[in-house]
Amino acid sequence: MARVVVDVMLKPEILDPQGQAVQRALPRLGFEGIADVRQGKRFELEVAEPVSDETLARVHELAEKFLANTVIENFTVRVEDGGTSGDAYGDARGAVA
Amino acid sequence: MSGGLGRIGVVTFPGSLDDRDAQRAVRLAGGEPVALWHREKDLRQVDAVVLPGGFSYGDYLRCGAIARFSPVMEPLLEQARAGMPVLGICNGFQVLCESHLLPGALTRNDHLHFVCRDQRLRVERADTAWTGDYEQGQEITVPLKNGEGGYVADERTLDALEAEGRVVFRYAGGNPNGSRRDIAGITNEAGNVVGLMPHPEHAVETLTGPTTDGLGFFTSVLKRLVTA
Repeated sequence: MARVVVDVMLKPEILDPQGQAVQRALPRLGFEGIADVRQGKRFELEVAEPVSDETLARVHELAEKFLANTVIENFTVRVEDGGTSGDAYGDARGAVA
Repeated sequence: MSGGLGRIGVVTFPGSLDDRDAQRAVRLAGGEPVALWHREKDLRQVDAVVLPGGFSYGDYLRCGAIARFSPVMEPLLEQARAGMPVLGICNGFQVLCESHLLPGALTRNDHLHFVCRDQRLRVERADTAWTGDYEQGQEITVPLKNGEGGYVADERTLDALEAEGRVVFRYAGGNPNGSRRDIAGITNEAGNVVGLMPHPEHAVETLTGPTTDGLGFFTSVLKRLVTA
Protein backbone atom coordinates (compact mmCIF):
# COMPACT_ATOMS: atom_id res chain seq x y z
CA MET A 1 0.00 0.00 0.00
CA ALA A 2 1.02 3.56 -0.57
CA ARG A 3 0.16 6.53 1.56
CA VAL A 4 -1.40 9.63 0.07
CA VAL A 5 -1.40 12.58 2.44
CA VAL A 6 -3.90 15.41 2.30
CA ASP A 7 -3.00 18.45 4.37
CA VAL A 8 -5.75 20.95 5.04
CA MET A 9 -5.07 24.45 6.38
CA LEU A 10 -7.28 27.46 6.99
CA LYS A 11 -6.70 30.10 4.34
CA PRO A 12 -4.28 32.79 5.53
CA GLU A 13 -7.02 35.40 5.72
CA ILE A 14 -9.22 33.26 7.97
CA LEU A 15 -8.71 33.83 11.69
CA ASP A 16 -7.38 30.74 13.48
CA PRO A 17 -8.26 31.19 17.17
CA GLN A 18 -7.09 27.66 18.01
CA GLY A 19 -3.65 28.34 16.56
CA GLN A 20 -3.55 31.62 18.44
CA ALA A 21 -4.41 29.89 21.72
CA VAL A 22 -1.58 27.41 21.16
CA GLN A 23 0.81 30.24 20.31
CA ARG A 24 -0.15 32.17 23.45
CA ALA A 25 0.55 29.13 25.63
CA LEU A 26 4.09 28.72 24.32
CA PRO A 27 5.88 31.32 26.51
CA ARG A 28 4.35 29.70 29.60
CA LEU A 29 6.00 26.46 28.56
CA GLY A 30 9.32 28.13 28.01
CA PHE A 31 9.20 28.24 24.20
CA GLU A 32 10.10 31.73 23.07
CA GLY A 33 10.40 33.30 19.67
CA ILE A 34 7.49 31.57 17.91
CA ALA A 35 5.61 34.43 16.33
CA ASP A 36 2.63 32.58 14.92
CA VAL A 37 0.96 29.16 14.98
CA ARG A 38 -1.62 27.90 12.52
CA GLN A 39 -3.44 24.66 13.18
CA GLY A 40 -4.56 22.35 10.40
CA LYS A 41 -5.57 18.79 9.62
CA ARG A 42 -3.66 15.90 8.08
CA PHE A 43 -5.39 12.95 6.42
CA GLU A 44 -3.47 9.76 5.61
CA LEU A 45 -5.12 7.67 2.90
CA GLU A 46 -3.82 4.14 2.31
CA VAL A 47 -4.27 3.25 -1.35
CA ALA A 48 -3.16 0.42 -3.63
CA GLU A 49 0.19 0.78 -5.36
CA PRO A 50 1.22 2.09 -7.75
CA VAL A 51 -0.41 5.47 -7.20
CA SER A 52 -1.58 6.48 -10.64
CA ASP A 53 -2.35 9.97 -11.82
CA GLU A 54 -5.94 8.89 -11.91
CA THR A 55 -5.85 7.90 -8.24
CA LEU A 56 -4.31 11.24 -7.33
CA ALA A 57 -6.94 13.03 -9.34
CA ARG A 58 -9.63 11.14 -7.42
CA VAL A 59 -8.04 12.02 -4.09
CA HIS A 60 -7.87 15.63 -5.22
CA GLU A 61 -11.57 15.53 -6.02
CA LEU A 62 -12.29 13.91 -2.63
CA ALA A 63 -10.28 16.57 -0.83
CA GLU A 64 -11.98 19.39 -2.67
CA LYS A 65 -15.46 18.00 -2.15
CA PHE A 66 -15.21 16.62 1.38
CA LEU A 67 -11.95 16.78 3.33
CA ALA A 68 -11.57 20.53 2.89
CA ASN A 69 -14.11 23.32 2.77
CA THR A 70 -12.58 25.46 0.06
CA VAL A 71 -14.59 28.46 1.25
CA ILE A 72 -12.21 28.72 4.21
CA GLU A 73 -9.48 26.12 3.67
CA ASN A 74 -6.64 25.25 1.27
CA PHE A 75 -5.37 21.73 0.78
CA THR A 76 -2.42 19.87 -0.70
CA VAL A 77 -2.26 16.27 -1.93
CA ARG A 78 1.00 14.29 -2.02
CA VAL A 79 2.30 10.74 -2.00
CA GLU A 80 4.28 10.21 1.17
CA ASP A 81 6.74 7.38 0.40
CA GLY A 82 8.05 5.13 -2.26
CA GLY A 83 8.45 5.33 -6.00
CA THR A 84 7.32 8.62 -7.31
CA SER A 85 9.17 10.86 -4.80
CA GLY A 86 7.80 14.34 -4.49
CA ASP A 87 6.71 14.99 -8.03
CA ALA A 88 3.15 13.80 -7.44
CA TYR A 89 2.43 17.00 -5.61
CA GLY A 90 -0.93 18.50 -6.33
CA ASP A 91 -1.06 21.97 -4.87
CA ALA A 92 -4.57 23.31 -4.70
CA ARG A 93 -3.78 26.68 -3.24
CA GLY A 94 -5.62 28.34 -6.03
CA ALA A 95 -8.71 26.18 -5.64
CA VAL A 96 -11.94 28.10 -5.47
CA ALA A 97 -15.39 26.91 -4.57
CA MET B 1 -54.71 22.13 8.07
CA SER B 2 -56.02 19.96 5.30
CA GLY B 3 -54.67 18.66 2.04
CA GLY B 4 -51.22 18.10 3.50
CA LEU B 5 -50.52 21.82 3.67
CA GLY B 6 -48.48 22.86 6.66
CA ARG B 7 -46.50 19.63 6.94
CA ILE B 8 -43.04 20.65 8.10
CA GLY B 9 -40.30 18.04 8.11
CA VAL B 10 -37.61 18.04 10.78
CA VAL B 11 -34.51 16.01 9.91
CA THR B 12 -32.81 13.93 12.57
CA PHE B 13 -29.13 13.24 11.96
CA PRO B 14 -27.03 11.15 14.33
CA GLY B 15 -26.14 13.77 16.93
CA SER B 16 -29.05 16.13 16.32
CA LEU B 17 -30.23 17.59 19.63
CA ASP B 18 -32.96 20.07 18.87
CA ASP B 19 -35.10 18.07 16.48
CA ARG B 20 -37.78 17.48 19.12
CA ASP B 21 -37.87 21.16 20.06
CA ALA B 22 -38.19 22.08 16.39
CA GLN B 23 -41.10 19.65 16.03
CA ARG B 24 -42.73 21.16 19.11
CA ALA B 25 -42.30 24.68 17.69
CA VAL B 26 -43.99 23.59 14.46
CA ARG B 27 -46.87 22.14 16.49
CA LEU B 28 -47.27 25.27 18.65
CA ALA B 29 -47.36 27.38 15.50
CA GLY B 30 -50.24 25.29 14.19
CA GLY B 31 -48.37 23.07 11.74
CA GLU B 32 -47.91 19.34 11.49
CA PRO B 33 -44.35 18.24 12.29
CA VAL B 34 -43.04 15.29 10.29
CA ALA B 35 -39.96 13.45 11.51
CA LEU B 36 -37.45 12.81 8.72
CA TRP B 37 -34.61 10.32 9.13
CA HIS B 38 -31.21 11.17 7.69
CA ARG B 39 -30.78 7.77 6.05
CA GLU B 40 -34.00 7.93 4.04
CA LYS B 41 -33.92 9.53 0.64
CA ASP B 42 -37.50 10.62 1.15
CA LEU B 43 -39.01 13.91 2.28
CA ARG B 44 -42.42 12.29 2.85
CA GLN B 45 -44.14 15.01 0.84
CA VAL B 46 -43.53 17.77 3.38
CA ASP B 47 -44.04 21.40 2.42
CA ALA B 48 -40.97 22.73 4.22
CA VAL B 49 -37.99 21.37 6.14
CA VAL B 50 -36.13 22.38 9.29
CA LEU B 51 -32.53 21.24 9.76
CA PRO B 52 -32.19 21.36 13.53
CA GLY B 53 -29.36 22.20 15.89
CA GLY B 54 -27.02 19.77 17.55
CA PHE B 55 -23.73 18.08 16.79
CA SER B 56 -24.36 15.88 13.79
CA TYR B 57 -21.66 13.22 13.49
CA GLY B 58 -20.02 14.67 16.58
CA ASP B 59 -18.89 17.71 14.57
CA TYR B 60 -16.20 15.41 13.12
CA LEU B 61 -14.25 16.73 10.12
CA ARG B 62 -16.13 20.05 10.21
CA CYS B 63 -19.51 20.96 11.68
CA GLY B 64 -22.17 19.75 9.25
CA ALA B 65 -19.66 18.38 6.73
CA ILE B 66 -20.67 14.72 7.04
CA ALA B 67 -24.41 15.35 7.51
CA ARG B 68 -24.34 17.30 4.26
CA PHE B 69 -23.85 14.00 2.39
CA SER B 70 -26.67 12.13 4.15
CA PRO B 71 -29.17 10.44 1.80
CA VAL B 72 -31.97 12.78 2.94
CA MET B 73 -29.96 15.75 1.68
CA GLU B 74 -30.29 14.66 -1.95
CA PRO B 75 -34.02 15.34 -2.34
CA LEU B 76 -33.72 18.23 0.11
CA LEU B 77 -31.16 20.08 -2.01
CA GLU B 78 -33.22 19.46 -5.12
CA GLN B 79 -36.43 20.72 -3.50
CA ALA B 80 -34.71 23.69 -1.89
CA ARG B 81 -33.39 24.78 -5.27
CA ALA B 82 -36.93 24.45 -6.61
CA GLY B 83 -38.25 26.83 -3.95
CA MET B 84 -39.24 24.70 -0.96
CA PRO B 85 -38.75 26.62 2.31
CA VAL B 86 -35.78 25.31 4.32
CA LEU B 87 -34.63 26.61 7.68
CA GLY B 88 -31.25 25.68 9.11
CA ILE B 89 -30.77 26.39 12.79
CA CYS B 90 -27.25 26.32 14.29
CA ASN B 91 -25.88 22.94 13.14
CA GLY B 92 -28.54 23.09 10.41
CA PHE B 93 -27.09 26.42 9.27
CA GLN B 94 -23.67 24.78 9.17
CA VAL B 95 -25.11 21.96 7.03
CA LEU B 96 -26.64 24.51 4.62
CA CYS B 97 -23.29 26.29 4.27
CA GLU B 98 -21.42 23.01 3.80
CA SER B 99 -23.87 22.05 1.06
CA HIS B 100 -23.39 25.46 -0.59
CA LEU B 101 -27.09 26.27 -0.48
CA LEU B 102 -25.89 29.28 1.48
CA PRO B 103 -22.52 31.00 1.01
CA GLY B 104 -19.75 31.28 3.59
CA ALA B 105 -18.87 29.07 6.53
CA LEU B 106 -19.13 28.88 10.32
CA THR B 107 -15.85 28.77 12.22
CA ARG B 108 -14.68 28.51 15.82
CA ASN B 109 -15.86 31.41 18.00
CA ASP B 110 -13.10 34.01 18.01
CA HIS B 111 -12.79 33.84 21.82
CA LEU B 112 -12.80 30.00 21.78
CA HIS B 113 -15.52 29.72 24.42
CA PHE B 114 -18.82 27.97 23.97
CA VAL B 115 -21.55 30.60 24.22
CA CYS B 116 -24.93 29.91 25.80
CA ARG B 117 -27.09 32.94 26.39
CA ASP B 118 -30.21 34.81 25.41
CA GLN B 119 -29.26 36.83 22.36
CA ARG B 120 -30.81 39.95 20.87
CA LEU B 121 -31.15 39.94 17.10
CA ARG B 122 -32.21 42.61 14.66
CA VAL B 123 -34.48 41.44 11.86
CA GLU B 124 -33.05 42.79 8.62
CA ARG B 125 -35.37 41.03 6.22
CA ALA B 126 -39.05 40.48 6.92
CA ASP B 127 -39.93 39.06 3.53
CA THR B 128 -38.25 35.66 3.48
CA ALA B 129 -40.28 32.46 3.75
CA TRP B 130 -39.38 32.27 7.45
CA THR B 131 -39.58 35.90 8.58
CA GLY B 132 -42.84 37.28 7.15
CA ASP B 133 -44.40 37.68 10.59
CA TYR B 134 -41.65 40.05 11.75
CA GLU B 135 -41.12 43.72 11.00
CA GLN B 136 -37.94 44.91 9.38
CA GLY B 137 -35.78 46.48 12.10
CA GLN B 138 -37.60 44.62 14.88
CA GLU B 139 -35.45 43.24 17.69
CA ILE B 140 -36.10 39.76 19.02
CA THR B 141 -34.45 37.72 21.79
CA VAL B 142 -33.82 34.00 21.39
CA PRO B 143 -31.26 31.59 22.86
CA LEU B 144 -27.84 31.23 21.28
CA LYS B 145 -25.60 28.24 22.03
CA ASN B 146 -22.59 27.32 19.97
CA GLY B 147 -18.85 26.87 19.90
CA GLU B 148 -18.45 27.33 16.17
CA GLY B 149 -20.76 30.15 15.23
CA GLY B 150 -18.42 32.68 13.71
CA TYR B 151 -19.79 33.50 10.28
CA VAL B 152 -17.04 34.05 7.70
CA ALA B 153 -16.96 34.64 3.97
CA ASP B 154 -14.61 36.56 1.71
CA GLU B 155 -15.15 40.31 1.37
CA ARG B 156 -16.66 39.97 -2.08
CA THR B 157 -19.28 37.52 -0.80
CA LEU B 158 -20.03 39.69 2.23
CA ASP B 159 -20.43 42.74 0.00
CA ALA B 160 -22.74 40.79 -2.30
CA LEU B 161 -24.85 39.58 0.64
CA GLU B 162 -25.24 43.16 1.85
CA ALA B 163 -25.95 44.54 -1.62
CA GLU B 164 -28.55 41.87 -2.33
CA GLY B 165 -30.18 42.27 1.08
CA ARG B 166 -29.49 38.67 2.03
CA VAL B 167 -28.48 39.34 5.63
CA VAL B 168 -31.65 38.33 7.48
CA PHE B 169 -30.49 38.71 11.10
CA ARG B 170 -27.71 40.66 12.77
CA TYR B 171 -26.51 40.33 16.35
CA ALA B 172 -27.62 43.29 18.50
CA GLY B 173 -26.09 44.30 21.81
CA GLY B 174 -22.70 42.75 21.11
CA ASN B 175 -21.26 40.23 18.71
CA PRO B 176 -21.10 36.88 20.56
CA ASN B 177 -18.71 34.93 18.34
CA GLY B 178 -16.74 37.12 15.96
CA SER B 179 -19.14 36.79 13.04
CA ARG B 180 -18.20 39.08 10.19
CA ARG B 181 -20.37 42.17 10.04
CA ASP B 182 -22.41 40.90 13.01
CA ILE B 183 -24.18 38.43 10.71
CA ALA B 184 -26.39 35.97 12.61
CA GLY B 185 -28.41 34.64 9.67
CA ILE B 186 -28.62 34.82 5.90
CA THR B 187 -30.86 33.73 3.06
CA ASN B 188 -30.43 32.51 -0.50
CA GLU B 189 -31.33 34.66 -3.49
CA ALA B 190 -34.91 33.38 -3.64
CA GLY B 191 -35.54 33.90 0.08
CA ASN B 192 -36.81 30.34 0.67
CA VAL B 193 -33.65 29.04 2.37
CA VAL B 194 -32.69 30.72 5.65
CA GLY B 195 -29.90 29.76 8.03
CA LEU B 196 -29.02 31.25 11.40
CA MET B 197 -26.95 30.31 14.44
CA PRO B 198 -29.42 31.37 17.21
CA HIS B 199 -32.30 29.11 18.18
CA PRO B 200 -35.84 30.37 17.52
CA GLU B 201 -37.26 26.92 18.32
CA HIS B 202 -36.21 27.38 21.96
CA ALA B 203 -38.23 30.61 22.27
CA VAL B 204 -41.77 29.49 21.52
CA GLU B 205 -43.42 29.43 24.95
CA THR B 206 -42.77 31.30 28.17
CA LEU B 207 -42.46 28.17 30.32
CA THR B 208 -39.26 27.03 28.63
CA GLY B 209 -37.93 30.03 26.70
CA PRO B 210 -36.85 33.58 27.47
CA THR B 211 -39.52 34.91 25.08
CA THR B 212 -41.90 33.62 22.45
CA ASP B 213 -40.06 35.63 19.80
CA GLY B 214 -39.05 32.51 17.89
CA LEU B 215 -42.56 31.37 17.13
CA GLY B 216 -42.75 33.83 14.23
CA PHE B 217 -40.39 31.69 12.14
CA PHE B 218 -42.88 28.85 12.14
CA THR B 219 -46.05 30.92 11.80
CA SER B 220 -44.37 32.80 8.93
CA VAL B 221 -43.66 29.69 6.90
CA LEU B 222 -47.11 28.24 7.57
CA LYS B 223 -48.69 31.45 6.26
CA ARG B 224 -46.37 31.35 3.27
CA LEU B 225 -47.49 27.81 2.50
CA VAL B 226 -51.16 28.76 2.66
CA THR B 227 -50.73 31.70 0.31
CA ALA B 228 -48.26 29.98 -2.03
